[in-house]
Amino acid sequence: MSVVTLTMNGRLISARQGESLLQAAREHGIEIPTLCHLDGLEPLGGCRLCLVEVRGSPRPLPACLTQASEGLVVETDTAALVEYRRMIVELLLAERAHTCSVCVRNGRCELQAMAARLGVDHVRFEYRYRLLPLDASHERFTLDHNRCILCRRCVRVCDAVEGAHTWDVCFRGINGRVVSDLDRPWGESTSCTGCGKCVHLCPTGALSRTVDVGDEAARERASLLRILERRAGIREEGA
Amino acid sequence: MTGTELAVLAEAEDRRRRGGEQRLLVCCGSPCMAAGAESVLSALRGRLAASGMATEPDLVGTGCRGPCSRGPLLTVQRRDETDAIFEHATPELAVAVVDALSRGADLPGEGRLPERFPFLTCQTRIVLANCGLIDPDEMGQYIGAGGYNALARVLHDMSPEEVCAAVSASGLRGRGGAGYPTGLKWQLVRKERRDRRFVIANGDEGDPGAYMDRALMEADPHRILEGMAIAGYAVGAEEGYLYVRGEYPLAARRLGKAIAAAERTGILGSRVLDSRFRFRIFLRMGAGAFVCGEETALLASVMGHRGEPHSRPPYPSRQGLWGCPTLINNVETFANIPAVISMGAEAFAAVGTAASSGTKVFALCGELVNTGLIEVPLGTPLRRIVYDIGGGLPDGREFKAAQTGGPSGGCIPAAQLDVPMDYEALQALGSIMGSGGLIVMGEGSCMVDIARYFMGFCMEESCGKCVPCRAGTFELFRMLDRMANGIARPGDMEDLERLCRMVRETSLCGLGMSAPNPVLSTLRWFRDEYETHLRERRCPAGRCAMNGEAVPCPS
Amino acid sequence: MQEHRETAPLTGDPKMLLVDRAMQRVQCRPDALIEVLHTAQEAFGYLSRELLAHVAAVLGIPESGVYGVATFYHFFTLQPPSEHSCVVCIGTVCHVKGGGELKDALEKRFGVREGDTGCDGRLYLGTARCLGMCSLAPVMVLDDLVYGRESPAGSVEKVGRALEVRSDRNGAGRTGRSGG
Repeated sequence: MSVVTLTMNGRLISARQGESLLQAAREHGIEIPTLCHLDGLEPLGGCRLCLVEVRGSPRPLPACLTQASEGLVVETDTAALVEYRRMIVELLLAERAHTCSVCVRNGRCELQAMAARLGVDHVRFEYRYRLLPLDASHERFTLDHNRCILCRRCVRVCDAVEGAHTWDVCFRGINGRVVSDLDRPWGESTSCTGCGKCVHLCPTGALSRTVDVGDEAARERASLLRILERRAGIREEGA
Repeated sequence: MTGTELAVLAEAEDRRRRGGEQRLLVCCGSPCMAAGAESVLSALRGRLAASGMATEPDLVGTGCRGPCSRGPLLTVQRRDETDAIFEHATPELAVAVVDALSRGADLPGEGRLPERFPFLTCQTRIVLANCGLIDPDEMGQYIGAGGYNALARVLHDMSPEEVCAAVSASGLRGRGGAGYPTGLKWQLVRKERRDRRFVIANGDEGDPGAYMDRALMEADPHRILEGMAIAGYAVGAEEGYLYVRGEYPLAARRLGKAIAAAERTGILGSRVLDSRFRFRIFLRMGAGAFVCGEETALLASVMGHRGEPHSRPPYPSRQGLWGCPTLINNVETFANIPAVISMGAEAFAAVGTAASSGTKVFALCGELVNTGLIEVPLGTPLRRIVYDIGGGLPDGREFKAAQTGGPSGGCIPAAQLDVPMDYEALQALGSIMGSGGLIVMGEGSCMVDIARYFMGFCMEESCGKCVPCRAGTFELFRMLDRMANGIARPGDMEDLERLCRMVRETSLCGLGMSAPNPVLSTLRWFRDEYETHLRERRCPAGRCAMNGEAVPCPS
Repeated sequence: MQEHRETAPLTGDPKMLLVDRAMQRVQCRPDALIEVLHTAQEAFGYLSRELLAHVAAVLGIPESGVYGVATFYHFFTLQPPSEHSCVVCIGTVCHVKGGGELKDALEKRFGVREGDTGCDGRLYLGTARCLGMCSLAPVMVLDDLVYGRESPAGSVEKVGRALEVRSDRNGAGRTGRSGG
């Protein structure tokens, strides 16, 4: 496996050829924010939080989809990038009803943590306040569209790891939402295996256990993440 | 069919056409059909049958002739005489024309376009050379006009490298909007070391107010097929996909017929024109999604998925359809290819400007005396298009702005009327060439309203994959909507500009990146209008409601 | 939430043969999904859940994937068509020339919201972003017939007349059709 050297935030770092900038940064202790990416899932490039500035590129590039190559000069935290990231989080918060105080994931939510990390203490845009349905038809899980940020982790893990492809996205743009089967209630889905992988990976409170027992959930999530880690390793070797 | 057979066919068709004394051409483009072209056609047919003329004139239903606002158009071609074109033709007129022809009398004088009608005489028709003059459903007529000659020449006398070199030397640039050098793109696909390659013609013309591609596909489908086949030969592809916008059923029908006719005669198929080159073309119908004009979204749609773009690189020239190198060009670009080969690269490059060679087809619309389809050399000043070809604004109204590039473009103000219409000049003004929509607006149009209109369009057409485009266009639309309704907040101007920059810089694909353009360009040239909306709560053009009510959000 | 039937009661329907034949013609290749949905919608007028489930099963595509595609493209409709359909073009030129006013007038007169059906489900009112007939702006398409240079009053009258008569598909010698 060949190794390349690139400059990140003024530091020379080494990375494996073909590795994403996001991974390379992480290995050197540089945390680039992201809400849609998870190692082991096909990169999506949808949340745009991991955008970085690469010298020679006219616009910022997503770190999850940009491969490390020799001599790249990358900046991950310029003032412009930080401002873009704040606006993205604000747009997400305004898009649906993320009322943390009454959310099952309050305190363990990746969106909430991201807002805190980026210093988003208020939202400059008007909240949309559109009430979306809640699907509690499944015996163990609940889907609350109001909390969904359309990161598609559930869609990807269900398709690639569980092989069920229960989830997909329907409609488009601002009206897009995740859907199970032919818009059947989740509880009546014929393809869902009830494995709960989607619930474990949901960054917000959109997918949750109807009765959330903290310890058990954390244990299961940890073992899923180990599976994904291995998958990421396999994919790299295959690439 | 061999090259010789092709030449024989062309000659026979030419002889037949010259032998006939008269031809009657009825424009059957969509606007003329909507205005009643079919009733004119059937009246002509009925009267001709009843007239018992010795040499019955050829009756041809053609594609778009150009001046659509004057349809239905009936053209009478007689030997040794200039064409007589009748506007707003009716069945009664059709009867009168046939009667005059059968008696050998003069044609009716009323309803005729002037002989030197600047709308038609000021154009340079290369891509549209056959439009309105041949029957799109008759392959013989295309061949009679020299069609498929370029393909025959390429297959027998040129190597694929030579074809790529000729396209590069012609200076042809992509007509879909961005203006990427076509020859360079072809070479990129050609040099990929893969067995399977594809060619895609992008006929998903989605800009509201633009219909060049539709008219072209309806009027001269074989020209596009010929261009695609030449491209296939040049880049080493054996399969081509022609993606037609779902809203254009007539274009799809005619292209389907054209493909079948070409396959039947061996112009497409396993031995193209009796050479060892194999090429097939498949028709794909879109289903109503503007974003599919973006090349990576187009790929997803051709493969039967949701039309969602993916991040580039990898570019389609490396990894396109099913991971194979894929050449994607606009249908108008392909329609230029036969001309590049038959005129020669140098002659082609001599048309237009140094950096933007050839011609461009525009759909000229809006507040003008003459609207319709035109083709002019690149670099033609906007003033000439608006005033000489378009005949200026009706009732002596003042020109305010011209919108080019649709929802990805911008507005050109009156002070810039002398701008040459080429890729770089338009970009310098904050607009883009786009696919060729050109909408002229007078004093009654409000720029805030136009910006809001286009933002609403982008919001509806956003696929939703990335956050800045999905939520950003929605937020921008709400800000513009507040302004148009007189309830904008003091900070909205600054927020608007800041958010525009963010959406432009961070969106995943071209739709999101260019969505702020209409706002930024109107802000640049018509900032005072925004200020008046914001501070005085008044719309100078009297167009916005300003009634303090926000339009309900789309559900 | 909708009611779903898992079996395909449509198999006996002759229209289903058209869809099945379309799928066989493309060797049931999943990449032909959009073509198949076009055929299916043409045959049935809309895409029912049963129909989508059948297509998904034959082409071997997950149901949610088929549903995602069917709802992504504006052309496909999951609702049964109403008796009359009126599409107002709001492309740029039609917008500048008053397409919005046409739509507003129709909404007001017939109490129907854009994108919805009204008049006891007999009239569907939709909009299209440019039908490419800008020279005739503003354009309205009523039951597949194109009317150009429309006025709000004229369009209200035409739609009113269409609703009075049960079927008015040969209006005034006009031809041409449009998607939308």
